[in-house]
Amino acid sequence: MQTLSVGVVIELLQIINYLLLNGVRQMKENMDIQPAKKRITKVKLKKKNSIERNESIAGALFVLPMLIGVSVIVLMPIIATFILAFADWKFVAGWDQLKWVGFQNFKDLLGDKVFVKSVINNAIFILTVPITMVVAIVLAVIIDKYVYMKDYFKVAFFMPYISSVVAIAVVWQVLFHPSQGPINQVLMSLGIENPPTWIADPNFALISVMLIHIWISIGFSLIIYIAGLQSIPKELYEAAEMDGANAWYKFRNITLPLVSPTSFFLLVTGIIATFKVFDLIAVLTAGGPMHSTTMLVWHLYKTAFINLEIGYASAIAVILFLFVFLITILQWIGQKKWVNY
Amino acid sequence: MNKTKIDFKKLIITIITFFCSIAFLLPFIWMLSTSFKIEADVFNFPIQWLPERWNAASNYKEVWFGDYPFYLYYWNSIKVAVLTTLVSCTVSSLAAYGFSKVRFPAGKWLFFIVLATYMVPPQASLVPQFLLFRSMGLFDSHLGLILLGSFSVLGTFMLRQFFMGIHTDLIEAAKIDGAGHWKIFWIIALPIVRPAVATYAILRFIWTWNDYQNPLIFLRTDSLYTIQLAMQKFTTINGEFYTLMMAAAVSAILPLLIVFIIGQKQVIEGIALGGVKG
Repeated sequence: MQTLSVGVVIELLQIINYLLLNGVRQMKENMDIQPAKKRITKVKLKKKNSIERNESIAGALFVLPMLIGVSVIVLMPIIATFILAFADWKFVAGWDQLKWVGFQNFKDLLGDKVFVKSVINNAIFILTVPITMVVAIVLAVIIDKYVYMKDYFKVAFFMPYISSVVAIAVVWQVLFHPSQGPINQVLMSLGIENPPTWIADPNFALISVMLIHIWISIGFSLIIYIAGLQSIPKELYEAAEMDGANAWYKFRNITLPLVSPTSFFLLVTGIIATFKVFDLIAVLTAGGPMHSTTMLVWHLYKTAFINLEIGYASAIAVILFLFVFLITILQWIGQKKWVNY
Repeated sequence: MNKTKIDFKKLIITIITFFCSIAFLLPFIWMLSTSFKIEADVFNFPIQWLPERWNAASNYKEVWFGDYPFYLYYWNSIKVAVLTTLVSCTVSSLAAYGFSKVRFPAGKWLFFIVLATYMVPPQASLVPQFLLFRSMGLFDSHLGLILLGSFSVLGTFMLRQFFMGIHTDLIEAAKIDGAGHWKIFWIIALPIVRPAVATYAILRFIWTWNDYQNPLIFLRTDSLYTIQLAMQKFTTINGEFYTLMMAAAVSAILPLLIVFIIGQKQVIEGIALGGVKG
């Protein structure tokens, strides 16, 4: 079993491998087999060449739109990001105002309290991933084996994931209303006199946002887990039942180890997803109060599109890129080491 | 076990899980019921799940035809989402075929380049993207937004897996009959992978419909707003009118929910496939 986005990484490494080997082989061929090639009759060679050329042209035409799109929209901009990270430049100023400042932007980042806070918040936010996974796997086992109306449950728990984050954020904003919101009214009626003011309180704002993020993500993890569970052979459970194993024993010794590739996938994609959280912050808290919910992407957005500091924002983008890149590499190494197949 | 006999333990667990799911969905239920209320009843306690005084017609009328008319933003969103889906499916399936069924020397290299861009988090290339689009005149236009969502590496990779499942003999046989790659793609390969393309199309539609970040950065003119951006602006303007906000939220969520419930199997399978490939 192999996950799609892990598949992308593995495919990449295989290609690197292939290209390296192929390069060596071609060099060898050029040296050794040259005389043999000459023996092929001219006619055959000509025909073969024309077929090969046709294949090349066809191939190029099929992949050209994607290639151009990806180069213009992703490849060129990311290269530009790495270059601009070493510049001091404002949006409104012309290109002639651009100054090269070396590593100054990165040095400034270290002293930038909001940036440091963003990195810390990003790190704390990663906690949402294991919590989501635990809830999701318990639900997945229950829905997969112990209930009627499976389809209803899948749809119900998937609803937050499919809904627009903007609308969800607006709803939760009202639910979290400090004095009159339904959540605090319920808490007060239960006898809690001073319930937290949630997104208005710097100490609770990040937790509130994390709770909503978990609520949104559960559906996705659930669907993936159910798919993972269905690939476990039924015979394993039947054999365990014959030996008198209880539900917990089966879960601990059969289910958990066998869904470990799924868990691993969810862990990695979940962590990468936390680095991309933007809508929720933008609509719900705008990074506040007192920068308590600022995150890397939000800080990047504010620096670039509100403060218009392009160079500095690019430096943040480079850091963001490096974080995600590092996780992707760790994912590939970890895939080999920790996952039981 | 007899199939007609109801498993009692299973029934009890179903009921408990059902109540959990209702609790899980309470924010949606609250949203829906509030959107039908009058403003004064929003924060009544105990919570009135069924509104006592109905004001649904007026709330929804304000959302759809008021100062921020949702019908306009709906049209914008439908336009952007449908066109993005079409272009993205076309580009991705062409590339997927080219990378799987056409053998050409540069293929591996080019596929490598495309895959490598998957490592880039979208926000890391945002600023130069913005500069580029502004200089190309694509800023503040739907075309720019459509182009941004049209080149999906994941889509190409996913469809390529399916094209690779088509047996090479089939392609070779068609070639001997004199068919070119274009014809093979169109008449043989594409119909075989159609279900996969449909799944990808639904996913792409949902992602584009729910996208907030790109419209926020690449659109400026009010009349071009997509539904997500309009939703947020609407909230800022009507911050005191919770019934209106909830009516807007319902309007933003509902159509996609309908698409989802209709295409439920495909969406869930697509998501599962995106995560786990057997």
